[in-house]
Amino acid sequence: MLDKKGIAQRIAKEVKDGYYVNLGIGIPTLVANFVRDDIDVEFQSENGILGMGPFPTEDEVDADLINAGKQTITARPGASFFDSALSFGMIRGQHIDLTILGAMEVAQDGNIANWKIPGKMVKGMGGAMDLVGSAQNIIVAMMHTNKAGKSKLLSSCTLPLTGVKCVTKVVTNLAVIDIVDGKFKLLERAPGVSVEEIKEATEGELIVDGDIPEMTL
Amino acid sequence: MITKTVNNVTEALEGVKDDMTFMFGGFGLSGIPENSINELVKRNIKNLTCISNNAGVDDFGLGLLLKKNQIKKMISSYVGENAEFERQMLSGELEVDLIPQGTLAERCRAAQNGIPAFYTPAGYGTEVAEGKEVRDFDGKPHVLEEAFEADFAFVKAWKGDTAGNLIFKGTARNFNAVMSGAAKITVAEVEELVEPGELDPNFVHIPGVFVQRIYQGEKYEKRIEKRTVRES
Repeated sequence: MLDKKGIAQRIAKEVKDGYYVNLGIGIPTLVANFVRDDIDVEFQSENGILGMGPFPTEDEVDADLINAGKQTITARPGASFFDSALSFGMIRGQHIDLTILGAMEVAQDGNIANWKIPGKMVKGMGGAMDLVGSAQNIIVAMMHTNKAGKSKLLSSCTLPLTGVKCVTKVVTNLAVIDIVDGKFKLLERAPGVSVEEIKEATEGELIVDGDIPEMTL
Repeated sequence: MITKTVNNVTEALEGVKDDMTFMFGGFGLSGIPENSINELVKRNIKNLTCISNNAGVDDFGLGLLLKKNQIKKMISSYVGENAEFERQMLSGELEVDLIPQGTLAERCRAAQNGIPAFYTPAGYGTEVAEGKEVRDFDGKPHVLEEAFEADFAFVKAWKGDTAGNLIFKGTARNFNAVMSGAAKITVAEVEELVEPGELDPNFVHIPGVFVQRIYQGEKYEKRIEKRTVRES
């Protein structure tokens, strides 16, 4: 079974040379730490930077330089700044190659819910609806089950939706799963996890085709 | 030379009244119009509708207006950093309209650019699309969204000149650039106000035509919400 870092590490293998990538808050943010050094990748943050660098040193901290999680950051050589409309133009116009975000629920038809739990304080969707509404390559990073042990991979979402028919891949602590023709398709098992355990933890329809390899990180 | 300069924040905010709709630039606390907000708090005008990506924190930014119950309605994309906001929202004192961030930005840009409405895929199939016109383009459904209408836009830039030209710094450009000229009156506050000719026209982000009033802010706290650092 993977921990959150492991999930990020596995997703990092999906990041290819030349990609512009948008990372959501939480596990997705960790992906940047595991991208191979020998490929060129630029990270976009939707508040208005392409070419996001690591956290600043104490001396470099600048109130005018933050990411979408409101953390202080740095700009890499070759970075650019832009306004919020152009930033989402980049997203809506499908100029970003890969979007990685967290979720509360994913359904086998590719629907995603990650912004609202009825009856609880709603903080807002931020840029998530714009991202999932346009991105062509969306990977969800999440735990396979919630804190109550209930599956987060469902036949249909129960929470208010963020987007419809948009998720293409899910990487969890148990498995790598693609969404194909309205079903979950099991691609890889996390180290030490059996197909049975994954089936057990997946409420939606799961296609298991032949031998399922254990993932390499 | 057309000049947009006003002497101080008092003059800059002439005409603000109860029941108006205001736009506020900034993302989180980065690039917020601190001086205009402080003046609005002082004037104690009420029943405001505020368009702003976020709602500040309890003791800074729009949180200051919330604390004095000056805001009737917030139009935002993410409001999670403010306990007083949460209290007012759950008690029903505060109306909240949550909008996808890209749609929020584009509704500002549309107002700035004279576009009454536009179609976007964001929010299709979700509750934010309820009651809105949906139309397919290339087989993909899109939701019709309208330009905002606002009385004042309060924006903050790094440098500006007396002609109203603005230059932003870093990621503080955010909503400041798209709100400039998106309301009936745009009030720009800057850290440094210079004479015409001192800004290189090649590097002006917002031309002065979008700005009605400009002033140099008295002081800037520029608070940081999440200070994250690495070892040097």
